[in-house]
Amino acid sequence: MAEKMTGAEMVIQALSDHGVEHIFGYPGGAALPIYDAMFQQDQVQHILVRHEQGATHMAEGYARSTGKPGIVLVTSGPGATNAVTGLTDALMDSIPMICITAQVPTTLIGTDAFQECDTVGITRSCTKYNYLVKRIEDLPRIMHEAFLIATTGRPGPVVIDIPKDVQFALGDYYKPDMETLRHQSYRPQMDGDSAAIEAAVDLMLKAERPIFYTGGGVINAGPEASDLLRELAELTGFPVTSTLMGLGAFPASNPQWMGMLGMHGTYEANLAMHDCDVMINIGARFDDRITGRIDAFSPHSRKIHVDIDPSSINKVVRVDVPIIGDCARVLSEMVRVWRSKTNQPRTEAIAPWWKQIEKWRAVNSLGYKNSDTTIKPQYAIERLYEATRKQAKDVYITTEVGQHQMWAAQHFHFDKPNRWMTSGGLGTMGYGLPAAVGVQVAHPDALVIDIAGEASVQMTMQELSTAVQYRLPIKVFILNNERMGMVRQWQDLLHGSRYAHSYSESLPDFVKLAEAYGGKGIRCESPAELDAAIAEMLDYDGPVLFDVIVEKDENCLPMIPSGKPHNEIILPDTANIGDIIDEKGRQLV
Amino acid sequence: MNAHLQPTGSAYFLTKETQEIERHTLSVLVDNEPGILARVVGLFSARGYNIESLTVSETEHGRRLSRITVVVIATPRVLVQIKLQLERLVPVHKVHDLTAEGASLERELALIKVAGSGDHRAETLRLADAFRAQIVDASVESFVFEVTGKPAKIDSFIALMQPLGLVEVVRTGLAAISRGPQGM
Repeated sequence: MAEKMTGAEMVIQALSDHGVEHIFGYPGGAALPIYDAMFQQDQVQHILVRHEQGATHMAEGYARSTGKPGIVLVTSGPGATNAVTGLTDALMDSIPMICITAQVPTTLIGTDAFQECDTVGITRSCTKYNYLVKRIEDLPRIMHEAFLIATTGRPGPVVIDIPKDVQFALGDYYKPDMETLRHQSYRPQMDGDSAAIEAAVDLMLKAERPIFYTGGGVINAGPEASDLLRELAELTGFPVTSTLMGLGAFPASNPQWMGMLGMHGTYEANLAMHDCDVMINIGARFDDRITGRIDAFSPHSRKIHVDIDPSSINKVVRVDVPIIGDCARVLSEMVRVWRSKTNQPRTEAIAPWWKQIEKWRAVNSLGYKNSDTTIKPQYAIERLYEATRKQAKDVYITTEVGQHQMWAAQHFHFDKPNRWMTSGGLGTMGYGLPAAVGVQVAHPDALVIDIAGEASVQMTMQELSTAVQYRLPIKVFILNNERMGMVRQWQDLLHGSRYAHSYSESLPDFVKLAEAYGGKGIRCESPAELDAAIAEMLDYDGPVLFDVIVEKDENCLPMIPSGKPHNEIILPDTANIGDIIDEKGRQLV
Repeated sequence: MNAHLQPTGSAYFLTKETQEIERHTLSVLVDNEPGILARVVGLFSARGYNIESLTVSETEHGRRLSRITVVVIATPRVLVQIKLQLERLVPVHKVHDLTAEGASLERELALIKVAGSGDHRAETLRLADAFRAQIVDASVESFVFEVTGKPAKIDSFIALMQPLGLVEVVRTGLAAISRGPQGM
């Protein structure tokens, strides 16, 4: 049944009808009618950010930690352009997001009006889909369709650009019916082809050196996909590794877990990828940080690839058994078919493989030389992990981008999905602090920590003010090496240690900065005081900036250097990394 | 730049393309909505695919559907990606690779203006007749021909007109359809 209301009221009503509780936004001229409609209701709570990029990363953190779409509301022009980084980030990492952008009135579009920009033009390539709503009659359908498109298939960001006159216009609103809501041309394939699943299980039953290579798709398919992955791993007895985006889908405490793979992945995970005979890729996309040199990538394996996006199949790596479908549904079928064919794991057949993996594991590729005088970044994360394990609260980790992110992925361990929020595909410095705010909004009683670097965190530092305003007790754990560590590391490896602009000068006093914002600042420089300082951070009921002064020139290892396949990974005890890259590697530009 | 300052590697892994490139005609059925052409063209430019010809027009008014015929030049591996990436766009209903799926018809229309007098004029008319080009405009010193056919035929007609006073050419781009009873 239709109900008469204004466009602005429809926006709020539709959000509410889709179960939205929180929305991250920033007002402005063109968005005022929507803000006015919001002011007159209490179903949807608005979190006022300090910069629109912050709003998008908060929505990403919110979405990643709940499985629900993150909602953003910004004004026209600069409001929309500031949201572009977060939209692109969400597209790359398949995060469901709906971003409502206000637009100048339809009569002014194209006249270079105040705060006008071509929002649909600018965001066309960084959204899953976008709309410019020119008529009030289209608004209810578009609002509902946006939820369908953002949350189904391979999730992603959807922009709805609403001119101010459409927000004021009166029209008929009707409620969504997601059961019957069908898009004419948008029909993601959810169920995997049964013959392909059968073929995949047959390959797995004959495997002697199998490996599960799982990714963010398992997380996106919901907690049941993670449960099914655990079940399948147990049934088969196969080892499991995961991409950066997939951490937590398989418990790190499980003996079948080999750690993360890829450029900074563990020795055992990367060598197993290289030497395996059957690779089962579930919800990962053969990203270049994972494959290394394509022509030397896992040369002896038959590859199974489960992905909901058909364009991911054979995009980078040719696979033998492609299965297009939702990870949860395909995993459930794989479990069923496996059970119908055998009731035994392949323990005996793959025993030599496990023996080999144990040998690789014994190398202890995440090892590092600790120090009594300087805090090593890896040590800081290990101590943080140990301290959080003793907490009764649920623990959620976000990160910025760089060395600290890789160390966090290596040394912080996750047993549950949706606990790890990081910018993988786009690699957005400044993601972690606002993402932590978003996670804390969704989980007010949880312990939410942004593992950060001193360079990244300054990109979206101002959102600490948002955390203070809404009493969100996020902890920002800054590994401060006064360097853009990953940039410095690459300059060290590839550019003759010429450190062009990769150091942080004129750093703020993070303790005073935290206090200026109304939070708490803690600084720690000595390994002996680290545990007590972490305890102080965790005990404080409010936002904390924790400034850990760490070893300045530590390199993040292990590492697969350029021009090298997985089995030529550099380990921590390698003397001189620069010498490892040979003539062939030098020719890569 | 001094040799010792050359970077010793890259943050990316580069591979050489080994496949031969091919020319394929794709037929794309899309919702006729604002921005659809920008979406399709944007996809090609963003992912570095090459378009040789692109034609678009509404073909089913009732269902507001348009058909885009696009000729692309790419390796077989990239051709598959182009098809899948197009299908991934929300307003795209179907994508068919007409070149790969069997026999198809390809036609193009061109309007060609030729100016001249005397012997040239007579020769122009004789050739136009041979190419079954229609005269759609005539003046004492010019003709406009309408010629339809495979792109190669139009290419040759234009080449013949060149010495006879060719003024300008406008071409529609390719329209293509599969042979036999099956539709898209």
